Amino acid sequence: MRVMAQIAMVMNLDKCIGCHTCSVTCKQTWTNRTGVEYAWFNNVETKPGVGYPRRYEDQERWKGGWMLDKRGRLVLRSGGRVKRLLSLFANPDLPAIEDYYEPVTYDYDNLVSAPAGKDVPVARPRSVLTGRPTAITWGANWEDGLGGAPEHAGGDPNLTGEWAQKVKFAFEQTFLFHLPRLCEHCLNPACVSACPSGAMYKRVEDGIVLVDQDRCRGWRMCVTACPYKKVYINHATGKAEKCTFCFPRIEAGQPTVCSETCVGRLRYLGLLLYDADRVGEAAATPDEKDLLDAQRGVFLDPHDPEVIAAARESGIPEDWLAAARRSPVYDLVMRYKVALPLHPEYRTMPMVWYVPPLSPVLDAVDAAGGNQDDPDHVFAAVTRLRIPLEYLAELFTAKDTDVVAGVLMKLTALRSYMRERILGETGDETVLKAVGLTAQEAEDLHRLLAVAKYQDRYVVPAAHKEDAAALTAMENRCPVESSGDPTDAGGRRVLLGIPTLRRRAPEAADGGRP
Amino acid sequence: MTAPVPPLATGSASGADLLLWVAFPYVCLAVFAVGHVWRYRQDQFGWTSHTSQLLEHRWLRWGSPLFHLGTFMVIGGHVVGLAVPASWSEAAGISEHAYHTVAVWAGSVAGVAMVTGLGMLCARRLLTRRIRLGTDRSDKLLFPLLSATVLLGITATAAHNVFGGGYDYRETVSVWFRGIFTLQPQPEAIAGAPLLFQLHALTACLLFAAWPFTRLVHVWSVPIGYLARPYLVYRRRTAPAADPKAAHRPRSVSGSR
Repeated sequence: MRVMAQIAMVMNLDKCIGCHTCSVTCKQTWTNRTGVEYAWFNNVETKPGVGYPRRYEDQERWKGGWMLDKRGRLVLRSGGRVKRLLSLFANPDLPAIEDYYEPVTYDYDNLVSAPAGKDVPVARPRSVLTGRPTAITWGANWEDGLGGAPEHAGGDPNLTGEWAQKVKFAFEQTFLFHLPRLCEHCLNPACVSACPSGAMYKRVEDGIVLVDQDRCRGWRMCVTACPYKKVYINHATGKAEKCTFCFPRIEAGQPTVCSETCVGRLRYLGLLLYDADRVGEAAATPDEKDLLDAQRGVFLDPHDPEVIAAARESGIPEDWLAAARRSPVYDLVMRYKVALPLHPEYRTMPMVWYVPPLSPVLDAVDAAGGNQDDPDHVFAAVTRLRIPLEYLAELFTAKDTDVVAGVLMKLTALRSYMRERILGETGDETVLKAVGLTAQEAEDLHRLLAVAKYQDRYVVPAAHKEDAAALTAMENRCPVESSGDPTDAGGRRVLLGIPTLRRRAPEAADGGRP
Repeated sequence: MTAPVPPLATGSASGADLLLWVAFPYVCLAVFAVGHVWRYRQDQFGWTSHTSQLLEHRWLRWGSPLFHLGTFMVIGGHVVGLAVPASWSEAAGISEHAYHTVAVWAGSVAGVAMVTGLGMLCARRLLTRRIRLGTDRSDKLLFPLLSATVLLGITATAAHNVFGGGYDYRETVSVWFRGIFTLQPQPEAIAGAPLLFQLHALTACLLFAAWPFTRLVHVWSVPIGYLARPYLVYRRRTAPAADPKAAHRPRSVSGSR
């Protein structure tokens, strides 16, 4: 057993209102620079929809993630090492900028500099890549709130199989939910495995997957290998960039920017301990439907004395072990098992999990003429939800509808029970028993899902400076450290939050170090 | 290590010959060597192939493999033609005629592939506005210089060895080339060579001098090690020891536009 710690995330999709605050604050923090205008380390997709980049989930086309070869060995879908080196000159499976969208800015200046006239001046869109006026025809959230769904949403790669024929995008029958996505910081990252230069790595201490900007040589194999298409090429620097899980904040014990600014408070951050020796074996599980359990089998119980002893041996500090025991992520993923990974069939062992959306279930009970307090009626309604179980199963359980139904029934039972409690009734525990919860567990889960405060949602232990000599080196490399101000005589001034563009002359305008 | 006496040698070299065929190549090689050391130490962040496939992929799909594979063959041909003395290949039982037949045929195929590929890469750089705007100063130096070298080289071969009467550069240019590296420069060996060969040699020297300051440095980063390394890379946050030099790294030398 080789115990490692991973800072992981869970998102409760029931609470996501699709406001994009996470995306915008992430962009302001990380990708408001030349070369990554089109890149969203965090984006929010409307599901069903083709996603960003277009149809990224179609791995037959984009060759992301891992698969099992004929002999059952785990191989990258984009091919072996030799094939990868042979495609260095031209990568046939790399999305083009059109698959993302052409980034634009607006002629804001026209608003103030236009001569007086009859008409109100407008700011026309202008391509950032060519500097020319352009028509905006696509974007990272083009289909927001099912905009254009009748036209596009049928292209969602998750709408496969017979059941999908029944999915209608007519207003009365449609369904939608929002899916915020960021780098999954996988246990078995395909991008890291595909990087020819060895520039990408997974940090031992917290499992964050990063690109070493000094070692990246721009071979762009990571973009293809990532099935979530969450590695981007900076076309100004010629290097790969990706979500950093806001590691400078995480090291300081703070939540990521997307979590911090989430208005729906649907994100949870916490530690998961896992056995690094079992990752490869779990990722190679023959049946895709067993991958979820296989990944859960890699996680370790932070309360188990044996695990604690092994973790100490691996050098995991005591306060981290304590944080792992308080981890809301562990509770949602392992204790209550209500969180599910996004596309486990990609075999990368993703570490950003989701509580599937349930919202319209009680409406569905009423619509079916049932009694909301009758567990049988409620459970029956789960199978007739507007969001088809098959669709959620495509996303979260490698098409295993039973698992999704199980989670939704658990959430339904919890809702039904807590509804009674809050209305002053005793609450029917048979509902809970049917889904394997006790009254106390129900109270705790309800608290975690509905009322958890900042400290309960984000349990992030700070990095240990005493064993991290290089943290000082890291500080030296901080991109906002040197002010470039001649009057700043050697003093280290940190200019946080000021765009590079405005801070310095054109010299610093392009390609700052992320 | 002494090279055979060049047949075209006409006594001691003139001052201009010394400047062109001794001083200039050595200066270029010195810039090549020192430039690489400097760039590697100072500019890891700018050390990249600087892919533009994201912005344009249709021309690149054919142009880039054609250019790269053609280049590998051309480099191989140059190594054989320049570094191996004619006496060695004759000792190995390869007649001058056989050598030239193979060289002209293989060289033509490689040359055409390289020129076609480079032509496509230049065309997309010029014609695709997104890429033209993203072309930095080092590219504006590299693409013309590389094109000039390649065109002069293939023109020299075509004019003299494919359509012309045949010119045995192994007795002249190759001798000069080896002289540079054996530290026994023989400027007189190349002084009498046809103008196209001379110009090709000079632009090639310039190309070597420009090399460390352009995207050509990605040649030295060929990821052969990838074939042997484990798939998963773990790194400790504490692993990279504090490097005082890393504190104030200058910006990419090729990053400015």
